[in-house]
Amino acid sequence: MTQDTTTAAFRFGYGLPLPAQAATEPASMLAALRGADAMASTYRGPRLDDLTDAMAGADANLRLSRRAKPPESEAARKEYRRAVAELETIALTAAKTTFARALDATDGMRERLVQFWADHFTTKARSRRDAPLPATFVEEAIRPFISDRFADMLRAVVQHPAMLGYLDQSLSFGPNSRVGQRRGRGLNENLARELLELHTLGSGYTQQDVTQMAELLTGLTMGKAGPTFDKRRAEPGAEIVLGQSYDGDTLETVFRALDDLAEHPQTAAHISHKLAVHFVADAPNADLVRAMTDAWRASGGDLLAVSEALLMHPAAWSPGQEKARQPYDFMVAALRALGLTGSDVMQMQDALFRRHILNPMATMGQPWQAPAGPDGWEEAPAAWITPEAMAARITWAMDIPQQLRTPLPEPEALMTRCLGANLGGRLAWVVPRSENIREAVGLVLASPEFNRR
Amino acid sequence: MDRRLFLKALTASACSAAAHPMMTTVTLAGSGGSAPLGDHRLVVVVLRGAMDGLDVVRPTGDALFAGYRPTLSPADGPDLTGYFSLNPLLSGLMPLWQAGQLGFVHATSTPYRDQRSHFDGQDILEAGTGLDVPDGAVRDGWLNRMLQAVPGLTAQTAFAIGTESAPVLYGPAPVSNWQPDLRLDLSSQSRLLLEHVYHDDPLFRDAAAEALMLTERLDRSAMESGMAGPKPDEGRLAEIDKLVDFAAARLREETRVAAFSLNGWDTHRNQAGGITAPLRRLERVVLRMAEQLGPQIWGKTVVLAMTEFGRTVAENGSKGTDHGTGGAMLMAGGALRGGRVLGAWPGLEEAALYDRRDLLPTTDVRAWAAWAMRGLYGFDRSLLETGIFPGLSMGDDPGLLI
Repeated sequence: MTQDTTTAAFRFGYGLPLPAQAATEPASMLAALRGADAMASTYRGPRLDDLTDAMAGADANLRLSRRAKPPESEAARKEYRRAVAELETIALTAAKTTFARALDATDGMRERLVQFWADHFTTKARSRRDAPLPATFVEEAIRPFISDRFADMLRAVVQHPAMLGYLDQSLSFGPNSRVGQRRGRGLNENLARELLELHTLGSGYTQQDVTQMAELLTGLTMGKAGPTFDKRRAEPGAEIVLGQSYDGDTLETVFRALDDLAEHPQTAAHISHKLAVHFVADAPNADLVRAMTDAWRASGGDLLAVSEALLMHPAAWSPGQEKARQPYDFMVAALRALGLTGSDVMQMQDALFRRHILNPMATMGQPWQAPAGPDGWEEAPAAWITPEAMAARITWAMDIPQQLRTPLPEPEALMTRCLGANLGGRLAWVVPRSENIREAVGLVLASPEFNRR
Repeated sequence: MDRRLFLKALTASACSAAAHPMMTTVTLAGSGGSAPLGDHRLVVVVLRGAMDGLDVVRPTGDALFAGYRPTLSPADGPDLTGYFSLNPLLSGLMPLWQAGQLGFVHATSTPYRDQRSHFDGQDILEAGTGLDVPDGAVRDGWLNRMLQAVPGLTAQTAFAIGTESAPVLYGPAPVSNWQPDLRLDLSSQSRLLLEHVYHDDPLFRDAAAEALMLTERLDRSAMESGMAGPKPDEGRLAEIDKLVDFAAARLREETRVAAFSLNGWDTHRNQAGGITAPLRRLERVVLRMAEQLGPQIWGKTVVLAMTEFGRTVAENGSKGTDHGTGGAMLMAGGALRGGRVLGAWPGLEEAALYDRRDLLPTTDVRAWAAWAMRGLYGFDRSLLETGIFPGLSMGDDPGLLI
C-alpha cells in the first residue's frame, strides 16, 4: 500500500480497505466526479415528492383531531401518529442510505463532498413530522450540484423547504408588501444573515447589507404546492446589497443577487479556504488555497474546477494526518474496516442501527443531522478528541464490533488492511499483546491513526 | 483569515500553548496551600443563541415598551424595581430576589458590534477580549486566564461540564471536562496498551487520560449524589439536573470554578412559546444549584449567566426578535449583594437605540465579571484589566458581593 493510496482513502474518502475499482489518483478521481452518480441509483435517496402524501395526511389528521369529538378525534390522532411514524421511517432509511453509499462508493470523494456541502448548508428538522426534510434537501439541493456551478446549488438551496423553514424565510414579509401591510408582519433576517455570513461571503458586509438582503428575499416562501415566489409578500422597490442595486420583485431578481454572491471574490476565498481546511489541514497551505480560489474565480464558481485545483495540488498529497475523523467518518470507516457493506447496513434492523450506530455517534459529539446551529460541525480536531468523546469512541471500539461482526476479524490483518501506510509502530507493537481479540480490535479502532485522517 | 476560523483552528494547540505573556501568577487573599482559590465558588453559564434581555427583565415602566412588542409578553410577571418586571416564567426565582441572592445587569454587552454573528459574538464573549486585540495574541478563554494567574491549582479546581464545548475555559491552565453520562469499562491491560498507543499524540494522550481518570470519579460522585433516572415528563429538565448535580457535587469538594452552556435562546419566531423551555432551564439551574450546594456553600457562590448579545427592541415579522446588541446578564448566589437591576438604563426612544434598532449597551459585560472575580478572589484591578480582560476599563466598584 503506497502512501498516496492511503492518503487518497483517508483524506478524500472513507478509509481503507477501498472498494474494488476505487479511484485513487487525481485523474481518475476527477473522472469519477465528472461521471455518472452510480450510488444515487444503487441506493435511492428520499425526495420531496415521497413525503407529500404522508405530510398532507399528518397535517389533515392533526387538524381533524383538534376539531372533532371522540371517537372521530381519536381515530384522527391515531392516523396522525401513523403518518409521523412513516415520515420518521423514511428519515431513518435515508440515514442508512447515506452510510450505504459511503461504504460502497468507488468515488469516495463524491460522498465526502456531499457531506461537506450538506454541512456548509446545514438544515435541521424542526419537528418529528419534518424528520426526513434534511435528507431530501441533501438529495435534491446538494447532491446534484457538487460538481456543478455553485450558483446553481445556491439557488436550489434557498428555494428548498428545508432551508426556508430552518432559517425562518417562510416567516419573513416585506413590511410594506401587501400581505405585510394587511397582517402587520415584517422581516425576519435569519436566512439573509446566514446567506452572507455562512453560505457565501463570510465577512466584508454590513448590517445594512443583511437588512437589504432580507428585503430582497421576501417573497421567497413555501406555497401550497411547494416553494414559490409570492409577490404579495415581497418588499416593493429596489434593494442595494454590497453596492449593487436589485430592482424588481421577482424570483429572477433574487437569482441575480445569488449569482453575484456566488461569483464574489470574497465567496471564492471563503469557501476555498473552508474546503482546504475540511479536507487537508486546519491551517492549510496558502498556495493550495490560492490555487482553489483562482480556479473558482476563473471558472465563475465551477465546483469541479475547484475540486480539480484541490486534487492536482501537491500540498493536497502531503503525508500526515492533520484532521480528526468526525464521528460519522469514524463510523463509516469502522464499518468498512469490519467488512460491512452498504447492503448489510440497509438490512440492519432499525433498532440495532440506532443502538449501534446513530446513538453512539451522539455520545461522540455528533447527533445525526443535528449540529447546534446553522454553522454546522466543528473542524478542529480538538473539538472532537475530547475526554468525553474519546470515552465514547473507546467504548464503542471495544464493545460494539462484536455485535456487528461474528467472528471478529483477525486483529493483525485488520490493522494492516484498514491503516495501510498510516500504521504506526506503537499500534503494531500493542495489538499482538492484547488480552483478547475483542480488545485487540478495539485498540485498532481507537488508535490515533484510525481516528485521524 | 477571519477571527472565528482562527479561534477554531487554534483550539487544537491551546492545550500546549505557553501562558499568556501578560499573565503573572499571584497569591490570593484568603488562599491556602491546599485551596489556592480560597472558599469562594464561581459558576459561569454561557447562554448560547443570544438571550433576549428585554424579555427576561422587562422595562414595563417605559410606556414605549409594550408598543415595540405586541405579542411577546402574553402574561405579566412579578415586579422587580417598580420600573422593571421579571418574565413570569422565572417567577420561581422571586424568593432569591427578595433574599438579595439574585440580580441583573441590563443594557450590557461585549465590545462586539454590528455584525451580529452568534459565532463571532460567542468567540468574543468567551475570549474576553476587545476587538483591538490582534489575531493570535489571545487564544484562550478569560476564565482559563484567571486560573493561569493562580499558582498551585489542580485539574480538579475547574470543571467544564456538559456536551457543549466551553471555550471560556480553554487554555493552558489545567481544567477538567465531563459530560455526566458515559461509562467506560476497560480491562487494566487495555488501559495500559491504550496509554502506550496514545503516547506520541498529545491530543489523544490528554483526552484519553482524562476520560479514564474521570470515569472512576464520576461513578462515585453519581452514586453519592443519588441521581435518579429522568421522569418521563421532564426529560430536558432531568438532563439539566444531572449537569447541575454533577457540578454541585464537585463544587462541594475541591472544585472552585465551573462552566457550562444553556442553548436555545435564538428566538427568531414565536418567542412567547420558544423562550419558555430555555427560561425554565435557566430557572432550574439557579434553583437546583442553590439547593444542591446547601446554604453554607451557596453563601460563598456567585453564578454569572451571560450571552453573546441581546436582541432587537422591536418584535420582528414573525412574533420573534432578531440579533441585536445590548442584552442582560443574570447574577445569583448567596455571596451576591443582589435585589438590584444594575447598569445605566439607556431608554427605548428610537434616538436612544443602537443603530435605531437595538438596546444601547451602556456597560461592558466583562466589567461585571471582573468585579465579581475581584470580589470573590481579590485579584488586582490591573491584572483584571490587562491580563484577564485585555483592554477593559472596569469603572467604579458596583459592590457586587456581600
